[in-house]
Amino acid sequence: MKARWAYSILAVIMVGVIWSYTVDEIRTTSVLSFSLRYAIPLILAAMVGIVCERTGVINIGIEGQLLMSAFAGFFGAAITGNLLLGTLIGIGTGMIMGAFLAVGAVTWKMDQIIAGTIINIIAAGLTSFFYAQGYTLPASVPIIAIPYLSDLPLVGPVLFDNGLFTYGAIVVVLVLQFLLFRTVWGLRTRAVGEKPSAADTSGIGVNKMRFLNVTLAGGLAGMAGAYLSLEAAGTFERGFTAGRGFTALAIMIFGAWNPIGAMGAAMFFGLTQGVASQLQADEVVAIPQQFINMLPYVLTIVLLAIVAGRVKPPAAAGRPYEKD
Amino acid sequence: MSDLQPSQTDLGFSDPDPARGHTPRWQAIAIPIVSVLIAFALGGVLIWFQGVNPFTAYKVLFESALGSSEGLLRVMQKSTPLIFTGLAVVVGLRAGLFNIGAQGQLLVGAIAAAWAGYSLDLPPVIHTLVAIGFGVVAGAIWASIAGVLRAYRGVSEVITTIMLNSIAIALVDYLASKPFKEPDQPLSRTPLVAESAQMPTIGIIPTGFLISMIFAIFFGWFLLRTTQGFRFNTVGLNSNAARYAGIGVAGTIFLAMAVSGALAGIGGAVETLGVTYRFEAAFNLGLGFDGITIALLARANPIATIPAAILVGVLRTGAASLQFETGIQPEVVDVILALTLLFVAAPIVSKYIFRRRGGMQTSVTKGWGA
Repeated sequence: MKARWAYSILAVIMVGVIWSYTVDEIRTTSVLSFSLRYAIPLILAAMVGIVCERTGVINIGIEGQLLMSAFAGFFGAAITGNLLLGTLIGIGTGMIMGAFLAVGAVTWKMDQIIAGTIINIIAAGLTSFFYAQGYTLPASVPIIAIPYLSDLPLVGPVLFDNGLFTYGAIVVVLVLQFLLFRTVWGLRTRAVGEKPSAADTSGIGVNKMRFLNVTLAGGLAGMAGAYLSLEAAGTFERGFTAGRGFTALAIMIFGAWNPIGAMGAAMFFGLTQGVASQLQADEVVAIPQQFINMLPYVLTIVLLAIVAGRVKPPAAAGRPYEKD
Repeated sequence: MSDLQPSQTDLGFSDPDPARGHTPRWQAIAIPIVSVLIAFALGGVLIWFQGVNPFTAYKVLFESALGSSEGLLRVMQKSTPLIFTGLAVVVGLRAGLFNIGAQGQLLVGAIAAAWAGYSLDLPPVIHTLVAIGFGVVAGAIWASIAGVLRAYRGVSEVITTIMLNSIAIALVDYLASKPFKEPDQPLSRTPLVAESAQMPTIGIIPTGFLISMIFAIFFGWFLLRTTQGFRFNTVGLNSNAARYAGIGVAGTIFLAMAVSGALAGIGGAVETLGVTYRFEAAFNLGLGFDGITIALLARANPIATIPAAILVGVLRTGAASLQFETGIQPEVVDVILALTLLFVAAPIVSKYIFRRRGGMQTSVTKGWGA
């Protein structure tokens, strides 16, 4: 039922895109590229949420994790003069932030929402305190056009002519989909998130599993943060993650805690934003810029209201596990 | 079903019996104070790393805030909206809601009050009250969007209130730059509010500050001594028990959210009518997040929001001179506040210094309900 719904939307969008491509090739390509760029950090950040919640930990601190790793990635790359090193510093910072949430939510059994909020506030404070102007990246992230595929009409320039992070994000989604549903790790993760007492009985270390997964998910947040400052913006500004970490949680919910589903939801978000921006730039519709800026947030609330009660979160998400 | 288990919520206002894992009263006061001191110590290390003597820096900070009557006036002006946003978060927490949207509610309250202040023509006092009323209603409506979705659709208020913050920022920016803009000047701001709507300062004490303290005391009484306050607490502690006791849970959640938003809205209105006298886009960002720090520092006790907000007000007031006199970035205050929040909310201080098992925990997570 739900899948059929998603497929019909997908079909309508495809027809629309192809029709629009025949009318205006350049604009369609640019809107779609914009949409993908918009979607990539949301996709990665939604993966953070999925890994954490599938294992039973609500991560409201994704925003802070993104901000810290975008910061560390950018200044790491700018100071060492090495993009790869900057990326690794960003991912490492993300994992440290992940471990930070794990200590609060798993080891100390704090309220998970409050633990995540603390991460957000600390990240905002630290990054604005240590922020300094006048740093630039040594180089931009290499754009790789995949031979042959990038020559295809429409999909070529949009999908197969991108920076490394973009390909990385898509690979992460596919790998995660496989890991979650086809491997021992995935089964254990889901067991711990659905019925920790049963998982415990069968010999899975619930809190060990949660600690590990929340920390590893932080690495994905690090990748998303590094994408934002290194590939997408090429700079860092105070508070420049702009709520993406929270939007990602909504995307995770629309995607029903499923990596490919969340990727679809993120692309839908990106497309809406891309189309709206293009319409405004072309002055087709006279909407003030502020309303275009509001769009992703309004869309988040509307879609949350629609899907509420129709998708089921992992049963143990949000609850610290204690042995009886 | 977590709701069926005895609640973990211990905000320091329940039965003070250590044997049952509750917090003795002296610790409920001592833990925040120790947390603040540790945060200041770590902040000092940060300042020292920047090549400035931390004692000098803190002396500058506190002297500029507390050493003169202008400083004290600024502290009280800064603390006023903070008491309101702190109260907004407290009322939500007591009903089991985490209102991260005090920021947005404050902004819509501020611009609504500004509009009523400059466009209406009313006699003094009445004009002020009407303008505050506009702020109250705007804040309450803004929060009610999240309230309705939470109460009747089960959508987590955490995400919706954050989204409503971003929407409010864009909305007030639009209003201040187009329909409500002061004509014939380039800035995104409303005209000055009429003198009849402005809130006076009595001596060096702003009326808004007095009002905020009255509200804090009123809500201390309301949550402890009234039936409605009891409903809030019961729903917050155990919504199943509340339902069993015949309390309309959805209605209570909706009401609590509206009251919370109304409080943040007054905060914005009082700031507009008593300090800035107009709404200017992006003039008071960050007050909402400070509200969370204040509410947790006050352990969800309404009256304790007063000292917590004054502390934050002192830091924010002193931050400006800190940069001017020592060259340290004023954002060091954000770090100190974040650390304070960490030590208060995480069981670090309570566990390792006061040797309490389990620590003092605040609990609001209800899952997504999606």
